Amino acid sequence: MKTLIHITSEKLDPQACLETISYPECGGIVSFVGTVRNQTKGKPVLKLEFEAYEKMALKEMQKIADQAKIKFQVEEVLIHHRTGLVKVGEEAVVIVVAAPHRKAAFQACEYCIDTLKEMVPIWKKEFFEDGEVWVSAHP
Amino acid sequence: MKIEVIAFGIAKDILNSNQVTLEMEEQSSVADVRQALVDLYPAFQGLASLQLAVNADYVSDDYLIKENDEVVLIPPVSGG
Repeated sequence: MKTLIHITSEKLDPQACLETISYPECGGIVSFVGTVRNQTKGKPVLKLEFEAYEKMALKEMQKIADQAKIKFQVEEVLIHHRTGLVKVGEEAVVIVVAAPHRKAAFQACEYCIDTLKEMVPIWKKEFFEDGEVWVSAHP
Repeated sequence: MKIEVIAFGIAKDILNSNQVTLEMEEQSSVADVRQALVDLYPAFQGLASLQLAVNADYVSDDYLIKENDEVVLIPPVSGG
């Protein structure tokens, strides 16, 4: 069975995600892989921790996928998000969108990651040498 | 009525717990619950935003909370 909307504490597999989304009617598959950067504003980041309100996060991710299909006429949307401790360079999120034509796929993919960052109840904590910070918590 | 509020992310740090129980009047709204929390824990005022979700959905400030609703504090999200 295809798992299109997924939250896991295990390592994400972008290649497996791409293979999940193969659709004969689609001529364009666009993927976005968000990885853990090694620094924030010049300060070395040691690792990240993601926490999710999983029940609601899955619901919001499903809404994003449904909206993307309606807005951009894409056929399939996959959104996988990691939780727990994630090392520098590892994937935090994988999004794959399949559409008959590439332009819709690019637009839908960008819509998905932008809306995810805005709406999905998942929180990221950055660990530095001298402390830890919940990202975006303060203005 | 008693309302149990569940916390994630920085809200958990501010409460120093993953949940808090509030004694609220009947017909309290989301805005009332948020105000009660800010009064008890002024650090919430420093956050960029503080939304509440009820039964795993975002709700507006005038939503009236019922005793068995699942109320969750949503500080600024930062997934992706």
